[in-house]
Parts: sequence; structure tokens; C-alpha cells
Amino acid sequence: MKKLAILLGAVTLFACKKDNYDPPASKLTGRVVYQGEPIQLEFNQVPFQLYQYGFGKVGPVSNTTFTQEGTFSVLLFDGEYKLIIPDNQGPFLWKKNGAGAPDTVVVNMSGNKELDLEVMPFYMIRDHQFSAAAGKVTGTFKIEKIITDAGARNVERVNLYINKTAFVSGNGANYSIASASISGGNITDMNNVSMTVTVPELVPAQSYVFARIGLKVAGVEDMIFSPIVKLSL
Amino acid sequence: MHTKNILYTALLAAIIIGAGSCKKESEFLDVQPTNIFTNEQALSDPAQALSILANLYSRQLDISTVKSWQSMADFSESFPSQNGGDLDIVRRTGWGYGSWSNWDYAYIREMNLFLERCEAAEKLSADDKKRFLAEGRFLRANFYFELTKRMGGVPLVLESMQYDYKGDPTYLQHPRAKEAEMYDFVISEAEAIKMDLPADASVKSRASRGAALAMATRAALYAGSIAKYGVNTPQVSLPGGEVGIPAAKANEYYTKALTLAQEIIGGSAGAYALYNYKSDLQENFAAIFYDKGNNPESIFIEDFKLKSGKVHGFTQWNQPRFGAEEEEGGRINPSLNLVQSFEKLDNTFAPLPVKDGNGNPVYYDNQLDIFADRDARLGGTVILPGSMFKGRPVDIWAGYILGDGGIITGDDRGQLKPLPGTTTPVQIVGFDGPITGKEHTAQSGFYLRKYLDPAAGSGSRGTGSEVPFIRYRYAEVLLNAAEAAYELGQAGVAVGYMNEVRKRAGLVIPLAAGDITFDRIVHERRAELSFEGHVLFDNKRWRRAHTIWDGVPLTEADLLSDIGAATKRNTQPWALWPYKVHNPGSVNHGKWTYKVLKSSLVTGTNRFLFGNYYSFINNDIRSNNPKIVKQPNQD
Repeated sequence: MKKLAILLGAVTLFACKKDNYDPPASKLTGRVVYQGEPIQLEFNQVPFQLYQYGFGKVGPVSNTTFTQEGTFSVLLFDGEYKLIIPDNQGPFLWKKNGAGAPDTVVVNMSGNKELDLEVMPFYMIRDHQFSAAAGKVTGTFKIEKIITDAGARNVERVNLYINKTAFVSGNGANYSIASASISGGNITDMNNVSMTVTVPELVPAQSYVFARIGLKVAGVEDMIFSPIVKLSL
Repeated sequence: MHTKNILYTALLAAIIIGAGSCKKESEFLDVQPTNIFTNEQALSDPAQALSILANLYSRQLDISTVKSWQSMADFSESFPSQNGGDLDIVRRTGWGYGSWSNWDYAYIREMNLFLERCEAAEKLSADDKKRFLAEGRFLRANFYFELTKRMGGVPLVLESMQYDYKGDPTYLQHPRAKEAEMYDFVISEAEAIKMDLPADASVKSRASRGAALAMATRAALYAGSIAKYGVNTPQVSLPGGEVGIPAAKANEYYTKALTLAQEIIGGSAGAYALYNYKSDLQENFAAIFYDKGNNPESIFIEDFKLKSGKVHGFTQWNQPRFGAEEEEGGRINPSLNLVQSFEKLDNTFAPLPVKDGNGNPVYYDNQLDIFADRDARLGGTVILPGSMFKGRPVDIWAGYILGDGGIITGDDRGQLKPLPGTTTPVQIVGFDGPITGKEHTAQSGFYLRKYLDPAAGSGSRGTGSEVPFIRYRYAEVLLNAAEAAYELGQAGVAVGYMNEVRKRAGLVIPLAAGDITFDRIVHERRAELSFEGHVLFDNKRWRRAHTIWDGVPLTEADLLSDIGAATKRNTQPWALWPYKVHNPGSVNHGKWTYKVLKSSLVTGTNRFLFGNYYSFINNDIRSNNPKIVKQPNQD
């Protein structure tokens, strides 16, 4: 019995040594930014992809998404990667190459690395301010149109979302408990937009909510957001 | 025996054996197997050829089918009343890019092989051969049509391919055809084979002229609407045309769709007609799907037969749970979203009268009264509270409502509790529910009626049902014609076809040509064809899928407004629960009232992304064949 245990132990020991690679250890982190300012996105919706060539396969080696705050992090093996944001993803334009395909950012990994990705958003939400009073949350903000050339797009609508948790957006019942909406055509002054939403009954009760503004660009799937603010009720 | 004789016998035997074994090597080894037919033998006899075809028939692909209740339960048209993984249908927040994808080129290869071998077969009569070949081509075209609906343009492989083992497989790699070429192929195949197929409305489980034309009219209509409405989603296209059809082609396809549909309507493909035999119009509508004997409506079906091994359990999965032949059922619970969309008999849309103008509850003597004066297809599609199945009433009610608005209910089917002021326990909730989280009860307040088999034993596991799944039927052909005519600006023609279908459903006040709008067309298809595998493909081709399934939770106000509007959001299934009033002394005591609600189990929303319009072609496929271009808007 003892011998068997030793034998098993030996087998396990060797198997670990021989069969396994070291896990990826180099951390690539960064943000998606416009003029240095991070772009606020929806949780788990806007993807970026890393490719590595030379293995006879197509498809990304990493296909994951930005956080709500527009940050990302991946653990990689050292080596050369190409990073893109796929077509028509995100509330912004990613630079294109001459052929109209998404241009790549070459990423050479050798140890940890930080990388900011500069993009052109259609709009930015500026000077957001939130207040909570009498069971209502009010948000005021400015909308700045960034892309004004032929690629410009209209605002489809803006929403004020509130949620019980720090994940706030419009899709799915888990990400907002209430929202107010103004369609783009009803916005008279882009420099002074104000919206109010009534806080529904919170079950179980809590004394705070999280709020943020979302802007939907016409014909673009992903919304651009303001930062998330925690409000005491 | 004498020694010498033994010797001679042995010698003789040796000679005989020796002579026998002196065959040439090739003859000796080249023995026909006794358990496998050669291609020639297999196609030497019509019955044998048909059995090969039968295998190919059985492998056709359907997005919704009676073989899987889950395949009909999605898109907020129903609530899945089964605990466990199937509840994901209402818990997830959208569909993966891989949803609905298919790449079954093994099947395509076998259809191509069949066509090649059948063509080469020498012993089949010319007539048999003609029909078999036409059937093979129909199956192949119909399958390519199905792939096109899901994937857009795919490699159009029309012959069996053989690898030459020389190390370079590039000659086997075919690029994706244009989406328009796929539809052109389906239409041209149908036109090429239609005269070789029987023009006989009684041929239903095999390809017929009607089936070929019905496939082609639907394909032309799809192509026309993708061309027309594709302009609303410019990003859902590929520069090579593998996805998307130029807008200029819309009219050509719509014209084709109308002509092909009119060929069926004109009767040249066989005596097809709307099923119209029963005076109870709801029963009549339900009977389209279970009456096999005398049904001029179905055109192409997947058939089932009792005691043959090919039966299905659809009735067993979806029958009203109470008193069923098996202790299960009730899985598909049609949503209030769908139920309230059925028109009133005066051709208007309205929510079910749960509350009056002042916001007070409305009370009904009978449970069914709230659904009175509606499109007969409502009761034909859905088992309503207070209605019957297999001659026995269903028991759908959520509890008692008291004078002060309080509710007495239970958490088990048919539970007993004493009512206030009494001590004798009485039943306080229906045996069919609805009870949240109690699987197989009518959690939306409704059960599905379409495809349920009224035959005895259909709900038991050991027997099963032989009700067919109808892939093409005459009412759809009429609606295809109506839509194509409407898009071509011929509202007068369109309204004629629409009214035929509506009249059968009890909507006898005819619509006028001016009443026909796009919204009407959209609604009519939903009312007539729900749970028949159209909801996804229709909304894809109209490029509305991303607007009606936009991921935003459906509020009660949204639900109850704009009924009948084509743009109406439909992201979560809602429920309508009946309550019995317990308020002794009140005029409403013993009456029924209803509540609109959304189940607490519905935590997800349906969100259809641009990248969902055409299903993902996985990276292995694209690695093996670099000529395959990627779908748009996916990551």
C-alpha cells in the first residue's frame, strides 16, 4: 500500500513537470480613450481581439470585452500580437487601414505592458451632474458632438439609468431598475440636457442607487455613457 | 473400410479441394459483400431508391419542429414552463453569434452523391428516375434555402467532391456564393424540377409540384424583402454580396414571389385550398395541424406514424397538465404579448379588457368572456383558461382575490386551504396553475394548442403522436402572395388574398385595399403562422429583429400600447392570470378577474445584435477554407 502511494506520488510529480506549460504571466492592461479621457461603455458589450499569426489557424487568440469604465486587461504569453476592435463595435470609430478593414495595433509583449487605445467617439457626455431628492434622481449634462464630418451620426436617444448595483446600462433586467429617455429629436439644447427618473421601490431596501447617462447613436449598437455615480437617497 | 479405399478417397478429396483452390488471386479475393449493396444494386429497384431518399428526407432541417418543444419556445412568444436549463430562454440577455448556425456539408455531399448515382442508374424506369432526381434536387434546394436563411451566402457545392490525396486540398475550397445567388438557385431549381414532380395535393410527405413552388415563392419573398429592407441596416452586408442583396433587385424578386404563389393559387399544382370543414372556427384552425386524412391545406410535411417508430412527443410535452395521460405537459406557455395581439372581430387591435377606463378591474361571469369576439386563431393556437382539451376543461386559475384585494393562493397544484371566515379547506389554485416556478403549469396563464393531438394516447410516452409538422401550407402561400403584391403596390390584389385567410379565421368584415399596411402584413403572419418557424426568419428579412428585440425590458405600459404595430418591442414574455373573486355579499362574488404580470423568473431580455442577422461561421471552418469570408458585425 505504501509502495503504491509512493508510486502514485511519483507519477503525479512527473506529470506536472512534463505536461504543463507555465501559464501566461505578462499582463496587458489599458484603456480605450479619446484625447486621454477613458470612454465609458456598457458592461461586457464592446469587444477587442488579439491575434497571433503563424499557427495555421484563423480567429483571435483572445476575444474579450472592455469594462464599463473602458479599461481592459489580459494575461498573455510573451510574443507579438495584433490588436483590433472589430468592425461596427463600440460607440466610436476605430481607425481603418487603406482597404477599409480595422487597422491593427502591434503589441509586443515582454513582461507587463500598459496600452491606451485612442478612438474617435461619435459623442462625449460632458459635465454630468446627478442629484437625488424626493425619490427622484436628476441628471444634467452636455452632449459634445465629436465626429462632425461626413461620418457624423445623429443622437437616437439619451437615457438616464439607475440601478441597485454598480453595473448600470439599458440591456437586460439586471442592469437598470428604472430609466428615463429623451429621443434625439426632442433635445433642444445639447449644452443643457436634464432628465429625471423616479426611483422605484427597492427590494430589499437600500439607501443608495447608482446612476449614469447613456447616449444611443443612430445606427450604432453600443451606447456611450457617462461615468457611474453613487447617489445616497 | 478397406485401407486402399480410404487412400483413394483421401486422394480424390485432395484433388477436388486442390482444384477448387486453384482460382486466380483476383477472383479469390474479389468477393461481393453480402451485407452492402453496390451503388448499382441500391438503385436497381424503385422501392430501394425511395428508401435512400427517405433517409435524405428525414435529415431536412427546421428551425422549429414538433420534435423539440424548445425550438418553438423562444422570442418572447412564450414562457418555457420547465425548470432547469430551459429557463435560460427567459434568463439570458440575447443570443450568441453561433445561434441557429448550420454547416452540414456531409448532408449536401450525400444528396449530391444520390443525384449522381441516380443519374447513372440503369435499371430504374425513366419516369421513376425523373421523379427521384427531382426529389433529390428539391431536398438539396430546400436545404440550401435553410442554410441561406441562417448563414447568408454559403459555398454552393453541386457535385460530390473527392480528395486526390496529393497534399493540396485548395481545389476543394469554394468561396461563399452571393446571398442573391443562393435565392436565385433555390428559385431556378424549383422551376427546373416542378414539371417532373406530381401535381397532386395528396402528395405531402414527398416533394410535389406544390412543394417546389411553395419553397420558391417563399425564397423569392425573402430575397425581395432583404433587398428592400436591407437599406435600413447598411452595416448588415458584405462587400462581396455574401450577405445583403442590392435594393434594385427587390421588385424583380417580389414579382417572382407573386407569380410563383399565383401558380399554386391558380390550381395548376394540385387542388390546394384553405382547410375549412368545421363550424367551430377555433377547432377548425387547430384541425389544420392534426387532421391528416382530409387536408387540402398542407403542402409539404414531415410525417409521423404511430407504431412505426417515427412518432413524436409534442402532445405529451405540451398537453394541459391536469388529468393528462402522463404526469407532465404544459411546457410551452404562449405569452400575453402574443395572445393580446389577435384582433377583435371588428378588425381593430386592443388589449384584453382587464381594467375599465377608470382603472378598476373588470369582472367576468366566465373565464373565457375576456377573450370574446376575437380572431378565432387565438383559441385555435392557444388553450385559453376556461377552454377544453380532449373534451375536458383546463383548470387554470391563480387563486382567490378577496374584497380588500388580498389574494389567497397556494404553491402546489390544486392546493386546499380554508377561505377567510370558514374552516373547510377548499381548492384555492388551479390544477394547471399558474404557479410561478411550478413547472408544467400554465405559468403565463395559457397553454399551446397548435399541433396538440386530440387522439387518445397522444399524450402518453409509450404511444406518442403522429401529427405532422407542416413545412409549407396554403395559407402561407396566400400571405406570401399578399405581401409580394403589397410591396409591388398592388394593394387591391394583396387585400383579396389577405381577406381569404382572415375570413377562415372568422374575421368576416373584409379589409379594404387602403387598409393594407406593412404593419398589417406583419401582424397577419404572426397571427396565422406563430410557432411554425417563421418569427425569426420573418423579422430577420424585414430587418426588424434588432428593433423588436432590442434588449430593453418590456414594461406593462409598453406591452399594452401600440398593439398591432410592427415596431412593437417584444423582449420579455408577459402573463395574464385569472383569479376567482371571493367577496360574499358583493355582486362580483364568484366572478372572474384578471391580472397582467411578468413572472419573476423572467430576468433576461431578448437582444438581437446586428451580428445575429447571419450566424457565426466558426473559426475551424474558416481555418480549413480561407476563402470563406467572415460574417459582418461579429467578434
